[in-house]
Amino acid sequence: MYSRVYKTLVAAPPLLWVGLFLLLPYGLMFAHSFWTVQDGALVHHWNLSNYQKLLTNPLYAEVLFRTMRIAGSVMLCSLLLGYPLAYYLSFHSGARKELFYQLVIVPLWVSYLVRGYAWKTILGSEGVLNGFLQYAHITHAPVSFLLYSPFAVVLMLTHIYTPFVFLSIYASLEHIPRPLVEASQDLGAGPASTFFRVILPLSMPGLLAGATFAFVLSLGDFLAPLLVGGSSGTMIANIVQTLFGATYDWPLGAAISVCILLITLSLLFLTERLEKRWSFK
Amino acid sequence: MSHNSPTRRAPVLAIYATLVFAFIYLPVVVLILYSFNRDGVGGFPPQHLTLDWYRQLFADGPIWDSVLNSLIVAAAAVALSLTLGLFAALALDRANFPGKTLFRRLVLLPLILPGIITGLSLLMFVVLSGMQLSLLTVFLGHGTALISVATTELFAGLQKNDRAQEEASLDLGATPWQTFWRITLPNLKLSLVAAGLLIFTLSMDEIAVTFFLIGRDNTLPLEIWGRLRRGITPEINAVSTLIFAVSVVLIIVWYRIRMRSVGTEAQRLLERP
Amino acid sequence: MSSTAIPQPASVDKNAPLLEVREVAKRFGPREVLKNISLSIASGEFLTLLGESGSGKTTLLRLIAGFEQPTAGEIWMTGERLDTLPPYKRRVNTVFQNYALFPHLNVRDNIAYGLRVQGAPKSEIPSRVDDALNMVKMAEFAGARPSRLSGGQQQRVALARALVNRPQLLLLDEPLSALDANLRRQMQSELKALQREIGITFLFVTHDQEEAMALSDRIALLRDGALEQVASPREIYAHPATAYTAQFIGQTNLLHGEIRRSIATCGVMRWPLEEADSPAVFSLRPETIHLCPDGKRQTNEVKFRATVRQQIYGGASELLEVDCGAGQLLRVRLPACGPLVGEHDFVFSIADAIRVSD
Repeated sequence: MYSRVYKTLVAAPPLLWVGLFLLLPYGLMFAHSFWTVQDGALVHHWNLSNYQKLLTNPLYAEVLFRTMRIAGSVMLCSLLLGYPLAYYLSFHSGARKELFYQLVIVPLWVSYLVRGYAWKTILGSEGVLNGFLQYAHITHAPVSFLLYSPFAVVLMLTHIYTPFVFLSIYASLEHIPRPLVEASQDLGAGPASTFFRVILPLSMPGLLAGATFAFVLSLGDFLAPLLVGGSSGTMIANIVQTLFGATYDWPLGAAISVCILLITLSLLFLTERLEKRWSFK
Repeated sequence: MSHNSPTRRAPVLAIYATLVFAFIYLPVVVLILYSFNRDGVGGFPPQHLTLDWYRQLFADGPIWDSVLNSLIVAAAAVALSLTLGLFAALALDRANFPGKTLFRRLVLLPLILPGIITGLSLLMFVVLSGMQLSLLTVFLGHGTALISVATTELFAGLQKNDRAQEEASLDLGATPWQTFWRITLPNLKLSLVAAGLLIFTLSMDEIAVTFFLIGRDNTLPLEIWGRLRRGITPEINAVSTLIFAVSVVLIIVWYRIRMRSVGTEAQRLLERP
Repeated sequence: MSSTAIPQPASVDKNAPLLEVREVAKRFGPREVLKNISLSIASGEFLTLLGESGSGKTTLLRLIAGFEQPTAGEIWMTGERLDTLPPYKRRVNTVFQNYALFPHLNVRDNIAYGLRVQGAPKSEIPSRVDDALNMVKMAEFAGARPSRLSGGQQQRVALARALVNRPQLLLLDEPLSALDANLRRQMQSELKALQREIGITFLFVTHDQEEAMALSDRIALLRDGALEQVASPREIYAHPATAYTAQFIGQTNLLHGEIRRSIATCGVMRWPLEEADSPAVFSLRPETIHLCPDGKRQTNEVKFRATVRQQIYGGASELLEVDCGAGQLLRVRLPACGPLVGEHDFVFSIADAIRVSD
């Protein structure tokens, strides 16, 4: 139905653009990881010294593992918060469903930065939460671990990514034909049994997609640590950022970026495999 | 033959869902509340409500410059992303070419990769090409990264389309070009608007990629970021509240439009017993 | 349109009804979907709920299954209150209209679902599942996923999945409506034979009156949420209670007229009828009208002259549309007789003009 001319005309522009402005840049990043910096200048000498540095210096491993722990916590907490909310909205909210859905989405329109800033004002020693706790006589002095800690980073990122996880799972749940739920009950399964045997398996694609999204984006986040992480909450992307900034070492930064990229890609690959297994078209 | 079953009560779940809901809204509420607080962003409870921060905001030149910059970049990004995204969606939907799978994954990559990686990669490219960092490079970054959003949305829209309509058009004598303008594009109206709105929003809020591509002129998020580094001021609460208000209005408007266009169809569905 | 005094079918196994619907009403917001329904279903019978869309037949089914609650009235099964139980505690199983097979389970696991979930002894499950598979002739597809099966195959699996639990009552929600005509006819006879063989009570919902006639021991015709008539297929066809029933089930001619001084007059037709003076409507089935080649009528017959306007050939029979004059059109079904043109004499027995309420 579509001529070759049509198909070429349609495919060429995006291919060219994406090739030039995505493939090439990512390729450059990859290439940089094999170069080095000497005396403040880039040396195009191909070697593995950056990767060696990463493997031998324990600092990088420590920060990377901390980052992965934070990302994992964010993923878990978002799931624990987002799934029940999505489930409730999908199966129990009746006529108001569309309205509630929009209400959950609205905070997404509030800027990431602004929400992080809000948490900063809430969690600080002079902040709203401490103010409230003292006002209600629950504590007598400001609690300090709330801000400038990994806890704060996890809290902020969970807040950011729960709506995304919600969206993904909600879409999946909405796709489950209601007759399946009725059939399950008809055959004798109560609500809990129906959930574990029918609803949960069929919502897996959405769950996996949402969880991966939350994990991967938390892994590479550098803004949250700068806002609320303090020194104990530094993540791997912050190191990359300084290497591209104050500490001028682009190749090393590129190497770490490549590592993050590899972790991301393997996770995506894994999720894709799992999704295929769990999707029942 | 669908019936609306009365929703069964699930009290524990309802309470939990409400708590999650409250958690999601807490910072937003605090933000708005404290934008009216005379004593700034701290302590509890807020006393002495005032509009001073808003007055300060309106007199703040650099902020409004950055708003203008953001709007320009966002508008341009929407134009670029939608155009290229439309081409990409059409290509993915209708053409087979070598490297199609790679292309599809590549286009979607900026969506799932942490922004820092895309931002740094583009920075390297910019440096290599000798370009100066400016709003143009920011536009480049946004436009490129957000093609993924446009492609996803438009591809879904194309899939939902009735292929028979295009065949009918050709049958009636229209050329492929005419068919595209008269049939395909109008059918994609909803997807285009949805994608456009989403891209606009994401561009206005974009920080990670922008961080590395920004020149002398700031976008709004970067302007706010700069001030945050210097210290907290409720003026930021004020500007955030305004952004929030505008967003809510936009959502309501879009919602109304969408409901009107699907209104007749929904009516028909609701009337079936 | 009365819903009392439901006659019991002749071949009832037990004396007490299996299921009793007692003055059940259902309202969705302002809409009254079911109005004061009372119905008894005998053990072992095949009862069909027949009606157009919007008649409430599916709602009634869902009330019995447990997916809706009655706004008024009660439902009892084997002497115990049913409507207060949730669906998973009722000894009732449903075959859904679009089968609702679990896509993430294969055929065997779909069928075993009810058994597993209710804690049937593990050792029993495989054999019971196999029996069910054999009963619907799907044994060779035991390991397949539903998405690989055709509509008819899915339907059999849905049936097996429900029956393996040995419910007291099986509900079938238009299970054959998604199948094409030939497959549908085949499944109808298989379903009937199956029900006879295992003896489980079937409550079947359909909008297809031919299907209802073919399968049922009794038909309950629903109209706008109320029971129009409940009777066996032969009874309901031969003696429709109302004009609606007469038209819904099979084809008929509705003759509007009046009775005066013991003479019934409908357009050009008149015949003696011992009843009080009043307006009347009569149902006259097309196949009860015959050609009258010699022009002579018997004493218990009505003769009339009409012009053939249209003739539709149907293989074994012809369907004629004839004009009796003064705008009165009738449909006549005759055995195949070759093309007929012009005016002809027709007769029918007075006894075949069934008086129906409007």
